[in-house]
Amino acid sequence: MTEEQLEPTFETGERGPTAFLDVRDLKVHFATEDGLVKSVDGISFKLERGQTLGIVGESGSGKSVTSLSLMGLHRRAGKSGRGGATMSGEIWLDGDELVHADPAEVRRLRGQKVAMVFQDPLSSLHPYYKVGDQIAEAYRVHNKASKSEAHKRAIEMLDRVGIPQPAQRAADFPHQFSGGMRQRAMIAMALVCNPQLLIADEPTTALDVTVQAQILDLMRDLQQEFNSALIVITHDLGVVAELADDIMVMYAGKAVEYGPAKTVFTDPEDPYTWGLLGSMPRLDRAVKERLLPIPGNPPSMINVPSGCAFHPRCPFAPRNHGRCETEVPELLPVDSRHLVRCHLPIAERRQIFNEEIRPHL
Amino acid sequence: MGADLDRDPPPCRNRPISVFAYIARRLFQAALVVVVISIITFIISYVMPQWFGEDLAATYAGKAANPATFAAIGHALGFDKPLVVQYWDYFSGIFTGRTFVNGSVSLDCPAPCLGYSYITNELVWPKLIADFPVTLSLAVGAAVLWLFFGVLGGVVAALNKGKLADRSIIVVALAGISMPVNFTALVVALLVQYQFHFIDQIQYVPITQDPWNWALNIFWPCLTLAFISAAAYTRITRSTMLDTLNEDYVRTARAKGLPERVVVGKHAMRAIYTPIITMFGLDFGYLLGGAVVTEKIFGFHGIGFDAVDAIFRADIPVVMGVTLMASFFIVLANLIVDLLYGVLDPRVRLA
Repeated sequence: MTEEQLEPTFETGERGPTAFLDVRDLKVHFATEDGLVKSVDGISFKLERGQTLGIVGESGSGKSVTSLSLMGLHRRAGKSGRGGATMSGEIWLDGDELVHADPAEVRRLRGQKVAMVFQDPLSSLHPYYKVGDQIAEAYRVHNKASKSEAHKRAIEMLDRVGIPQPAQRAADFPHQFSGGMRQRAMIAMALVCNPQLLIADEPTTALDVTVQAQILDLMRDLQQEFNSALIVITHDLGVVAELADDIMVMYAGKAVEYGPAKTVFTDPEDPYTWGLLGSMPRLDRAVKERLLPIPGNPPSMINVPSGCAFHPRCPFAPRNHGRCETEVPELLPVDSRHLVRCHLPIAERRQIFNEEIRPHL
Repeated sequence: MGADLDRDPPPCRNRPISVFAYIARRLFQAALVVVVISIITFIISYVMPQWFGEDLAATYAGKAANPATFAAIGHALGFDKPLVVQYWDYFSGIFTGRTFVNGSVSLDCPAPCLGYSYITNELVWPKLIADFPVTLSLAVGAAVLWLFFGVLGGVVAALNKGKLADRSIIVVALAGISMPVNFTALVVALLVQYQFHFIDQIQYVPITQDPWNWALNIFWPCLTLAFISAAAYTRITRSTMLDTLNEDYVRTARAKGLPERVVVGKHAMRAIYTPIITMFGLDFGYLLGGAVVTEKIFGFHGIGFDAVDAIFRADIPVVMGVTLMASFFIVLANLIVDLLYGVLDPRVRLA
């Protein structure tokens, strides 16, 4: 890994943000004893307030690393490049650049302008503090408020996220809450300072299916109410189908398909996206139809496959006569808002999708 | 949307219905343990010598005395009574006091009566109580030092994992844990008294008499004791802290935008109290029973010093008194730690 490769590259050469959230060529690399892990390797996306972006991918595809970089929560590597993340690229949030900003500056934005809901609400809430106190604390970091004002605000938020008897429940400890209520409390904590960007990292993975729908409804309602930008990170396409305006599919630290949710669902062009859709169980499908799992396992992030990282698992790679094994495909536009990273010619992929894939979805 | 849709199960509220019943039960158990210890100690001290044909009265009377004296002393101490009665006299004496009668002379031993030492001609309880401030001073001083340095060292090491500070602290901790107290105490005594002449002769000064000199003198034996114990605290703090820093709730604290000193000082620290208090309770209770080697080397007349002296003189009532006192403190410390769990960790409240 040389220094040049870590330098941000701008295809357009434009400066300054062009959207509320403007991420450009973000790279997050970790130097480990086994080698360099390129957890996020050059992703770019834009998001406006009131809009929702879904980031989809398997475990280890770099979704969570992306979200933690938006929060500035990575421990940064020292000068030797070890002991943490080496980040490059740009993250513009409402006019502020975060990647190269002073950590103290990022801390002030964290929780206030950008907040996050984590995957497992039981382990993410502090077991020894009362739920109300934890929410009030999040409020007092960024607002000059007395303890009682903050406490009142916490109860207000608990009420807003649908926790019955909020004043009494605020005095409970997290273990006295059920799973769904804990996630509601986490959402209340994230929203207590009216953040303009909310990141939800697998917000429903640890929850019952019935509760999942309630939490998704709640997040959609709150997003409309606060007009915030929302990023939902998930491996569950069903979740983003309900919420997202745009979808970015990630594989091995790179975006492989990025476009409006409707397009990605109805006319996906990347074989990996096809695989994801094919492995999603659907109630409206005949029982005799089997799911089509993606063969193989997610790639090792230390020895990422050469060329297109998906080629060892891609049933269509042989059609390209070795190009997929040697040449990294670019993320190229197929129309104004739909980008795909695949060597297959556009006409051929559309033909494959319509003839071989769509009948099975 | 809202409360009406929430089908979550009703919250489990296991509020302590009967905290007092729980505490009463634990107190009863603790008392039982102390009673059992007193029986075992009684058997070891008074009964086993008799099994081996040793006449305790003879030990007390000295070699020059004649059988008549033995019998008189034996009678005065109640050795001619059945063992159960002897134990009952001893046990009840702790609560009601007792009177030793030796011919025409009678000796009153008021309420917490732990017996009478024929060797030093003293009542055991007043002697132990008189020497207890020394042991207490040592224990408190050492505890403050080892808690402060041990926990601080552990936190600093954890926050600088793998760096020079971490490695240095680990080496110092290893040195502390490896060296026996009789060695450390002698080195401290040597350096303080003869090498650097900080103090000519380290000795115990009662705090009521001269607080400044009390602190000055007590510091060195406390440092000795603390050096050995702090190592264990450093290690447990470091490893717990490292685990805690990887917890999701510490990440949540950072995600709120809290400054790092609050993240570590409040959210992460909160989780390491439990293991530290567990260890601390036991160590502190143990120290209250007397720091035998340290007291002896520095010549501090505390409970530990009394114990050693009494053992060498076969002064059974004192040995037994010290043993009971030490076990009482250890049981008490255990009890307090258990009750503190409930205060510290809301999840274990009356589990």
